[in-house]
Amino acid sequence: MTDLRTRWGSFTRVLPPTAWMLAALVAAIAFPLLIGSGDLLDASIQTLAYVIMALGLNIVVGFAGLLDLGYVAFYAIGAFVIGWFGSQQFPNVNGGKGIHILVSDRSTFQPKLDGGRLDIAGIHINFFIVIFIAMAITALWGVLLGAPTLRLRGDYLAIVTLAFGEIVPRIFENSTSGLFGIGSTDFSHGRQGITPIDTINLPWSHDILYTDQNLKPAYWVALGMVVFTVFVNRRLRDSRLGRAWIAVREDEVAAASMGVNLVRTKLWAYAIGAAFGGFAGVFLGSYNNTVNVDQFEFGFSVFILAMVIVGGMGNIWGVIVGAVALSMMNRYGLPQLNNLSGPLGFDVTSISFGIFGFFLLVMMVLRPEGLIPSGRRRLELHESEIEGAEEAAAVGDMSQMYEVRQ
Amino acid sequence: MEAASITETASAPPPARKVGDILNAYALPLLLFGALVAQFIYEPTATLDNVKTGLSNGMVWALIALGYTLVYGIVELINFAHGEVFMIGAFVSLSLWQTFGVTADTGLALIVVSIVVFLLLAMTASATLNVLIERAAYRPLRGAPKLAPLITAIGMSFILQNVGLLWRPTPDQVPDLIGSHSKYFTVFDVDILHSDVFAVIITVPLLVALLWFVNTTKHGKAMRATAQDPDAARLMGINVDRTISLTFLLGGAMAGAAGLIYALYNLTVRFNMGFTAGLIAFTAAVMGGIGNLKGAVAGGLIIGVIQAVSDGGNFLGLPLGEEWTPAVVFGILILVMVFRPQGLFGEETREG
Repeated sequence: MTDLRTRWGSFTRVLPPTAWMLAALVAAIAFPLLIGSGDLLDASIQTLAYVIMALGLNIVVGFAGLLDLGYVAFYAIGAFVIGWFGSQQFPNVNGGKGIHILVSDRSTFQPKLDGGRLDIAGIHINFFIVIFIAMAITALWGVLLGAPTLRLRGDYLAIVTLAFGEIVPRIFENSTSGLFGIGSTDFSHGRQGITPIDTINLPWSHDILYTDQNLKPAYWVALGMVVFTVFVNRRLRDSRLGRAWIAVREDEVAAASMGVNLVRTKLWAYAIGAAFGGFAGVFLGSYNNTVNVDQFEFGFSVFILAMVIVGGMGNIWGVIVGAVALSMMNRYGLPQLNNLSGPLGFDVTSISFGIFGFFLLVMMVLRPEGLIPSGRRRLELHESEIEGAEEAAAVGDMSQMYEVRQ
Repeated sequence: MEAASITETASAPPPARKVGDILNAYALPLLLFGALVAQFIYEPTATLDNVKTGLSNGMVWALIALGYTLVYGIVELINFAHGEVFMIGAFVSLSLWQTFGVTADTGLALIVVSIVVFLLLAMTASATLNVLIERAAYRPLRGAPKLAPLITAIGMSFILQNVGLLWRPTPDQVPDLIGSHSKYFTVFDVDILHSDVFAVIITVPLLVALLWFVNTTKHGKAMRATAQDPDAARLMGINVDRTISLTFLLGGAMAGAAGLIYALYNLTVRFNMGFTAGLIAFTAAVMGGIGNLKGAVAGGLIIGVIQAVSDGGNFLGLPLGEEWTPAVVFGILILVMVFRPQGLFGEETREG
């Protein structure tokens, strides 16, 4: 095993890490050209969005060690922001003429038969502007939802975040005539959700970027977003803030006594993690062409958490591998399996969460550090294992003594 | 920490508590109770009716909450799969009725016998399942970081939920053996239904039996000792692994009973009923102070009333309703977790 590891190490060291990264990037860019438009490309696009969310959650769970079971709340907020700013959800805005900022012609007007133009109602803002609006809003909500949890640790923190994850979609769902019964604006269309949503277009272009027949540009946009996320994640991890996160994760008291501001450090983790959830949420909202409360279930939070854990908490590359593996399995692998499994007599996709549950269980029992753990994390886990072994040995001696005395 | 300081100053007279302290300590229970009283003055009959529904519904939550609180008290783990154990209990009892062809038209004596026998069978099934879950998912991870068993618990919950999905893909009707919605008698304009009486008749003996078991028997003593300090308990000759298994057994049995009651009470079961029920019951356990058995029962009843009042719609002019109830319950969960993590009743007891 060690032999293999060193050999693999010398193999990877043939080229500098930057070269490997560039090679992976080139492969990722060329990927859609090789496979053409189809189910696989659609699955890959969704996967890229999940990679962003997994990396965002990794900041909260992997770097700062704050277990968040309600990450879906930020996906919901991000998706609703594009729903509000990229659809006909608010038909009375601007006297029914709508607001249009740098969006495609298709979202701006309908041509009339006599050559005139009929304005499309609602707020329509360019996707690339909405992204930043959504990131700001979700970061703010990350802080607001994170603030009450600052005193909590472990299980209690997990439950409070879970509760937020359940409350936020309910608030969206029920705000069909005003928020909490105040006012009469419809924010969500209830269970039906908001649809259709504007397709992405470049700010200087009058045409939409992609169509259902040619999804490749959507893939590249998503890939660009992933590259941005990875870049930010890497820079953050190595920054002063990133080191503070890891210090807080390992020992809060020690970190605080070394001068780390716990409140600010944790709130930054929540804010930045949430912002990436919104970032991916905007893309998924636009790409799926619908924002629907049914998408925002507890299972989704666990799905993303599973990516982080299976890949290796705290390790950016591990999390990417975990996200790609689980998401491709869910979006592409299981449906394919389904075509083969007629004799099984049931829909394999319907129990996909059960299969994930099984993976989580096996993974935690056999390899709690994940596929590609961060070196520090592996040390932490082994340290406790060694301590546990010593403790067990000591207790074993005692029980032997007890038996002798009997 | 707190306990130590109390024993040190035991000889000195206890410092007089200021009104402010008492208000701080009881602000949340007072707020909840005050809200209920205000609502009662606002709509007397409807509120009484809601309180009744809430209390009988809360019986089910209390039974499930006991499982959470027992397990958390002893291994400090949120058994996420517990809601699914409850669901399986309901499924097992429905399957038994279906297999033996018991319907509402069967004779009364047979119905009573079937309920009693199948109650025991459902409890056995759920208890066995819960013990197996502990063996497969939690025991291998004892001593691992706390995150690990929490994740396997979620994994287990998903697996069982999908087992339920394969077992009964669509919501199933339960035969109305007890005439659930028919009226028994009326007090203060409140109709007491068969289902209310049924829930009380089954639950109260179980609760009393469990409290008796934990508080007076030798095994119960072993459980309390293990909850306080597993290592010391082991040194005293207590088989800790077996005690933990026993705890899961008891918790599972309560969840199985809750499953049967729920099935006859609501007359419909579905594979995802365990998730919400589990979260509600967990909220109840936290409200009562996790590890505190009587607290869990009280918490279950309180949550039941909160739910029923919220379901009732108009709360002091606020347009609540069934669609808001989950948000209300989880909102209260957050308030309790953040401001009263030791529970509404303030004792930091374990298994007491």
